[in-house]
Amino acid sequence: MALEDSHVRRAAHLARLAVSDDQASDFVEDLSRILDMVDQLQGVNTDGVAPLAHPLDATQRLRADEVTEINQRDTFQRCAPAVENGLYLVPRVVE
Amino acid sequence: MHDKTLTELAKALDSGELSSRELTDHYLQRIRQADSTLNSFITVTAEQAQAQADAADQARAKGNAGWLTGLPLALKDIFCTQGVKTSCGSRMLDNFTAPYDATVVEKLKAAGTVSLGKTNMDEFAMGSSNENSYYGPVKNPWDLSAVPGGSSGGSAAAVAAGLAPAALGTDTGGSIRQPAAFCGITGLKPTYGRVSRYGMIAYASSLDQAGPMARSASDCAHLLNVMAGHDVRDSTSVARGVPDYAETLNAPLSGLKIGLPKEYFGDGLDSEVEKAVREAVSVYESMGATVREVSLPHTHYAIPAYYVIAPAEASSNLSRFDGVRFGHRCENPSDLIDLYKRSRAEGFGEEVQRRILIGTHTLSEGFFDAYYTKAQKVRRLIRQDFLDAFEDVDVLMGPASPTPAFDLGAKKDPVSMYLQDIYTIAVNLAGIPGISVPAGFAGGRPIGLQILGTHFAEAQLLNVAHQFQQATDWHTQRPAFVEESA
Amino acid sequence: MQWETVIGLEVHVQLATHSKIFSGASTAFGAEPNSQACAVDLGLPGVLPVLNEQAVAMAVQFGLAVHADIAEVSVFDRKNYFYPDLPKGYQTSQMYHPIVGPGEVEITLDDDTTKRIRIHHAHLEEDAGKSLHEDFHGMTGIDLNRAGTPLLEIVSEPDMRSAKEAAAYLKAIHSIVTYLGISDGNMAEGSMRCDVNVSVRPKGQETFGTRAEIKNVNSFRFVEKAIAFEVERQIELIEDGGTVIQETRLFDPERDETRSMRTKEEANDYRYFPCPDLLPVVLDQAYLDHLRSQLPELPADKRERFQHALGLSAYDAAVLSASRDMAEYFEEVHRVCGDAKQAANWVQGELSGALNRESLSIVDSPVSAVQLGELVQRVLDDTINGKAAKQVFQALWHGEGDSADAVIEAKGLKQVTDTGAIEAMIDQVIADSPAQVAQYRDAEPEKRGKMIGYFVGQVMKASRGTANPQQVNGLLKDKLDALL
Repeated sequence: MALEDSHVRRAAHLARLAVSDDQASDFVEDLSRILDMVDQLQGVNTDGVAPLAHPLDATQRLRADEVTEINQRDTFQRCAPAVENGLYLVPRVVE
Repeated sequence: MHDKTLTELAKALDSGELSSRELTDHYLQRIRQADSTLNSFITVTAEQAQAQADAADQARAKGNAGWLTGLPLALKDIFCTQGVKTSCGSRMLDNFTAPYDATVVEKLKAAGTVSLGKTNMDEFAMGSSNENSYYGPVKNPWDLSAVPGGSSGGSAAAVAAGLAPAALGTDTGGSIRQPAAFCGITGLKPTYGRVSRYGMIAYASSLDQAGPMARSASDCAHLLNVMAGHDVRDSTSVARGVPDYAETLNAPLSGLKIGLPKEYFGDGLDSEVEKAVREAVSVYESMGATVREVSLPHTHYAIPAYYVIAPAEASSNLSRFDGVRFGHRCENPSDLIDLYKRSRAEGFGEEVQRRILIGTHTLSEGFFDAYYTKAQKVRRLIRQDFLDAFEDVDVLMGPASPTPAFDLGAKKDPVSMYLQDIYTIAVNLAGIPGISVPAGFAGGRPIGLQILGTHFAEAQLLNVAHQFQQATDWHTQRPAFVEESA
Repeated sequence: MQWETVIGLEVHVQLATHSKIFSGASTAFGAEPNSQACAVDLGLPGVLPVLNEQAVAMAVQFGLAVHADIAEVSVFDRKNYFYPDLPKGYQTSQMYHPIVGPGEVEITLDDDTTKRIRIHHAHLEEDAGKSLHEDFHGMTGIDLNRAGTPLLEIVSEPDMRSAKEAAAYLKAIHSIVTYLGISDGNMAEGSMRCDVNVSVRPKGQETFGTRAEIKNVNSFRFVEKAIAFEVERQIELIEDGGTVIQETRLFDPERDETRSMRTKEEANDYRYFPCPDLLPVVLDQAYLDHLRSQLPELPADKRERFQHALGLSAYDAAVLSASRDMAEYFEEVHRVCGDAKQAANWVQGELSGALNRESLSIVDSPVSAVQLGELVQRVLDDTINGKAAKQVFQALWHGEGDSADAVIEAKGLKQVTDTGAIEAMIDQVIADSPAQVAQYRDAEPEKRGKMIGYFVGQVMKASRGTANPQQVNGLLKDKLDALL
């Protein structure tokens, strides 16, 4: 599956990465080589094979419905780039 | 002092021959002497280390010392450490002070260990040479023109150079075993789920696993004793009893069935590495082990499958770094999209961006089944190869890496770098444990023997590795740099 | 042309757990911004989710209540997109293997007929935080307290054909979740939110028209209004030669209209994949059986029982079973007084009237179900008459007395049934009303029936409302007719 410039730009937009034109062409080249390598997978016969998401066949453990966390807002917001009145600030979001 | 293993240092602390404070000060001194050359630490926490050492000495005086009390360690900078910068080797987190401790960090603190600082690494654990760090490359103490391996390169170099007696690493596709091999130390990647991932900054959640890196299998056993176990905060950690890994180190190996995967001895394997590995195997034969060739037929597909699954998970795991709640934020964003795009483009290095893009692309509409679903199916086949092999043999042996450490800057092309992990990566896809132990040298650079076991066979791997270290002295050899930098 | 409306609903129900779906932070409403956003909710580096057992149990209870298949294995997926109120850059949801499979809900329409609406599936997911747009120097403030609150998203099939059906469906879902106690159902606080998919097609056509998704429809009334507007818009558009485009529209309750949300420059691509931090949720039969045995009687069953076992009208049965609080109140009144019809009349008449006047919900009623039951009992055993009963009710409503009996005693409202006493009062009234008696006597016989009302009124007044009205009527007629 050949990778095109539009694929890289679309992925960059979905992943919210600013990519210059020069970078985009470098990425097209690098990613194409990586995907060529990945394409070897198409040669494996996987008929009847179920996908494996986790290496162990374990199942989800459930937590008791208890409040165990205390308010640590001040601690957590110490590493925040912009806060005011306890809120994280971002450029205005237009609904 | 810095030539000793944890086991030897523990004895010295126990006998009163040495205090934790003396030991800690010595290592802090070593770091000051040598690390400007190696660049193995991102952050050195001298004051905290001294305070922990003093507390450990007091605990010992009161008779409250455990096996690890007072022993200094270095932590890969991927583990969150409360009140200490936790960068993950990235500009994105250069300003991030973790507000909490990772579970393994908490456990090691509770065991009385002393943290010397946070070691350098490939950014977000993506790399095999430690050249992808925002904080610059780490040098291999055996040869300063060589890479230490990655992504736990700082941990491996620090232990090899005597800047810490042991360290923690993480391994997603070989990131403990390959740098251990390149730096001539012992590194264990436990079974997926054996050690809690809580507080370990995620690269690829279904592959990541933390493990010990030290001078001997015995040291690794003692560290794993504390690190392993179920964590209610990690859904993927396994609720299963933790044996005393140190207790079975001396079990005899007669009758041990060793399998040599023929795919691990093919094209691309350096002849000196192959020779060293085969000699190591013959050491086991002399101990009464039997050896046979086995096949892991899907080995060739491990790297392709990994480069779908790991980037896919990473692309999602790294979305939280958006410049809103923590981490790097660009100057004067014009709007929200600009804030996201520039913060992330400035905060992430090239390799991280590359993997985010691959992962985003392969998960996107129209590509998902061909890449992601296919890779997960191949992943099942790869795991089955191992399970089939372990029906016939107890452990598998082979090289940890096709070559000894390569030169800094030698691998410019990402794919050629990825291919370095040919012998380690399938292990993470299968979730089984693996250990790398020093087994010789080529051109003055160490060679690692990799030993693999079935799920939860850590005790057996440590036993097998320890017996090798009772019969050989590769693991006790030190680089000349240790003397030169003293 | 005749048009048919096709409606499907996606209802997001906040589950009434104490803690969040994947963390131990509180879900309480109205806390200081970000004071209930813990490390996991904030998506700090290194944190991991662990699933809340109560969220799972509540989802299963809902599934059982709508006769749905419960998945033996369900899986959480990540829905990837960037938004400031979504801390991790993905929402943990269930795309491919939801916990609740196909089921159905019965709705009751205005003419008391019922209709079955199929549920496509229901899945568990985490809620997002909130964006606040007040002026922070042109910035938006983000509060992540709500992030990680468990949601059950209930997706219907496109089975509804009118705004009324859609509102009835939403009410039925509201009723089920509040009966189960899995949500407080408080729409004003956002505990239940609704997205509506609407399309129109020429009557008789099988294929669906292009649908619009209307967001932010957060009350029963708005559902009807939003659909009414949207249907009209789509029909007008088509009849004018235009085509409906598939889009997301926002309902504006101020103007009762829907409007297109600004179209994104690209279609969404959420890149769903199984969340590697969570394992498959596996439920066994014993667990389902246990939860099934704990289910309360559900609204449809209650309505059925009220109508057929208690003999209430279909209308009364529907109204009284619509909310769990109403049903429980009614059943308590019935238990105390022993007469279902009277209990129903009082709950729907006097009580509901008073509650409506003061905009109170039934749980805040100043008159308890036991008090009302005892009051009805006193009517049934003829201790008081209907008129006095209303006085007693008013007294209880205003806190004048702890029980019906106490009020009856204090106000002397006990019904007078002693014939001698009533006759004495009648004689006095007749003696005091010579003019009216004369009129009565002179009237045409067929008009006398109406004129007797005056004398009844006077006697009741004299008894301060306590005389038994039937007795008064009979005796009066006898005495007046004797004067002819």
